[in-house]
Amino acid sequence: MNTMSPTSMSSDQPNTGIYLDNNATTMVSPEVVEAMLPYFSEQFGNASSMHQFGDRVGRAIKTARQQVQALLGAELDSEIVFTSCGTESDSTAILSAIKAQPERREIITTVVEHPAVLSLCEHLEKDGYSVHRLEVDGQGRLDLAHYQSLLSEQVAIVSVMWANNETGTLFPVEQMAEMAQEAGVMFHTDAVQAVGKLPIDLKTTAIDMLSLSGHKLHAPKGIGVLYLRRGTRFRPLLRGGHQERGRRAGTENSASIVALGKACELAQAHLETERTQVAALRDRLEQGILDVVPNSFVTGDPSNRLPNTSNIAFEFIEGEAILLLLNKLGIAASSGSACTSGSLEPSHVMRAMGIPFTAAHGTTRFSLSRYTTAEEIERVIEAVPPVVAQLRKLSPYWDQDRPATEGQGHQASFQPAYA
Amino acid sequence: MWDYSDTVKEHFFNPRNAGAVADSNAIGEVGSLSCGDALRLTLKVDPASETILDAGFQTFGCGSAIASSSALTEIIKGMTLDQALKVSNQDIADYLDGLPPEKMHCSVMGREALQSAVANYRGEVWSDDHAEGAMICKCFAVDEVLIEETIRANSLSSVEEVSNYTKAGGGCSACHEGIETILARVLTEQGRSFQPSAPPAKAPERQRVAIGMPLMPKRDQTSAPAEQPSASATVVAAVATAPPAISASVAPPPGSAALAAASPAATSPAAATANKAESGAKARPQLSNLARIRRIEQTIESIRPNLQRDHGDIELIDVDGKNVFVKMVGACSGCQLAAVTLEGIQERICEDLGELVRVLPEQAMAFAQRA
Ligand SMILES: Cc1ncc(COP(=O)(O)O)c(C=O)c1O
Ligand code: FES
Repeated sequence: MNTMSPTSMSSDQPNTGIYLDNNATTMVSPEVVEAMLPYFSEQFGNASSMHQFGDRVGRAIKTARQQVQALLGAELDSEIVFTSCGTESDSTAILSAIKAQPERREIITTVVEHPAVLSLCEHLEKDGYSVHRLEVDGQGRLDLAHYQSLLSEQVAIVSVMWANNETGTLFPVEQMAEMAQEAGVMFHTDAVQAVGKLPIDLKTTAIDMLSLSGHKLHAPKGIGVLYLRRGTRFRPLLRGGHQERGRRAGTENSASIVALGKACELAQAHLETERTQVAALRDRLEQGILDVVPNSFVTGDPSNRLPNTSNIAFEFIEGEAILLLLNKLGIAASSGSACTSGSLEPSHVMRAMGIPFTAAHGTTRFSLSRYTTAEEIERVIEAVPPVVAQLRKLSPYWDQDRPATEGQGHQASFQPAYA
Repeated sequence: MWDYSDTVKEHFFNPRNAGAVADSNAIGEVGSLSCGDALRLTLKVDPASETILDAGFQTFGCGSAIASSSALTEIIKGMTLDQALKVSNQDIADYLDGLPPEKMHCSVMGREALQSAVANYRGEVWSDDHAEGAMICKCFAVDEVLIEETIRANSLSSVEEVSNYTKAGGGCSACHEGIETILARVLTEQGRSFQPSAPPAKAPERQRVAIGMPLMPKRDQTSAPAEQPSASATVVAAVATAPPAISASVAPPPGSAALAAASPAATSPAAATANKAESGAKARPQLSNLARIRRIEQTIESIRPNLQRDHGDIELIDVDGKNVFVKMVGACSGCQLAAVTLEGIQERICEDLGELVRVLPEQAMAFAQRA
């Protein structure tokens, strides 16, 4: 069937495009590729083995562990547990907390978490757990007083993301971890989007567990880390061999672990670049677009977000259509629209912030990296306004140069019958 | 990323009839809250002949919503209103060389806009009667509302029955957890309880349901479509694990055994087909061998255009007693829906022939002959 055929929408010129979808995944840095390659060939040993082949790999993993430790500001390298991805780290953290404290039957999280946390919590609800989902205001911010009121001895774990993947909005996880600690409750943060983009110093915080994912910081896909503060009660997800001190059995993915270590080292060296250069390019992009495109606005909390992320709602048009037209121009971004998710549901993050659906469907996320250039940003600023204008010309909500509802005459406002 | 056909892309990048028709006399406006698409269709209708002289659309929606709107306006221009009302969602999808199953609802919206516009022209009030729920089965684009209503209407109690009635779950099986959840909820509401692993009741004497069931055994359905072994291989496995169907009293593959027993045979559509086929067989005189093969050939010929449109094809290879061997070519071979396609072809042949036969891919010949 033709609809099954692959490649049908892909851009004709791979890798010549402008990649502004770094919150989805990042390019693996050339230095990282170089670092990991030997571990596919001559350095093939099993780190557990009692010979030089294994020993060399074991040492490389140790170095990588220290590189991750340094980026996270963890007190000990033994607090770093390698996993297969961010999702595994999230699942391990939450499931460990409830297994280790069977008498506690409540979980606190937020409505805007990644599915890695939300779906798991929904699933646990079916098993009888009470899940408190903290709501957010119009800018994606939490009500900490309400959070305080939910902390109790019934709560097994609080799991709150450090940075939101769609809007980049930051949650005050350091403060929230301290509040949890006061109440004697374990605290986990999904920092998949934050690590490498923000300075983090875990030893000065009360965070017990933290998830990160390699492919969001220029390491390969399929490698993650669960940070586990020393002394945190823990139950492994995978039992078996003694790898990762028995906390995550399974022969180490040594090439990817080495790669992640290298990527963490590079990320640490570039933290200042994120704060200055990447943030400046992001601001230029955002202002360049908002200045010329009417009826567009930034979603989330612009004063408190990741340096690389800009999420702009273009009212009265739909995100997938925007992405398809941008893709034709070689520009890669992403959208909170229903149609891009595969689930046909508009983004739960946009809904949680109360963004009207005529705007939520047109939200477009531009996420930069330290590889993004000023020249690329200028080209995107040029490209976006005509794309928006072209789609608005097709939109029943739009009338010449303004929303149809603001026009005059009986035909002016569009009021469809809804299914 | 969605796999759109070239025609969908062409209609998205260069939409036809975009914008409102200036001197329109029929307007249809519809929207779907769940997916956030909305569409206004404007028509200029010749009052004397009720012919659509011009059509224009304005769409707030994704790529396929825009392409479907463009296709719809192209299709209906020059038609009378009555002709236009007969345009189906499938016609719109076919015009576009297919839409991904999840995107079929985009063509639904076009049709509803048309109904609404015609109602507007005729001074009637049109109200939308279809509700859309969360997409449960991505293989067949079946949503929660449809599954729930079908469970209620037919007192279904197993995933297999749901697949039988709605197709949901009949493909990769990834949605079985979702279907079980709906079953559990509805059955609990009705004061019954959902027993996922309820042992099948004693098998009826004649396994009527063997015909028309998905040929894929359950154990091969646990992986995602992309990772699935080619469907023909799967069918071979089905044949290998179950004695091949020589007569109507077949031992079905393990997956469908539960269904055969669990569903009241009389209410299951597959069983209905089988019933019809059986009674047909009684009523009709026995066909000669040649006439029988001719009729099978005719049926296959009538199906081919459909497959060819999807860049596939089918060829009759051999007829051996109750086994009809075919060769799937092009996009159909290896397509995850090949087994389902075979199932549909089998139903057609059974109906046309008035007897129960089994349609198998040619690769299954070796197995069938050995048994
Ligand atoms: C906030 C957040 N958490 C978790 C994940 C999942 O990470 P992974 O893809 O490594 O499982 C992602 C990636 O999309 C994310 O953005
Ligand atoms: S998603 Fe339902 S069978 Fe594949």
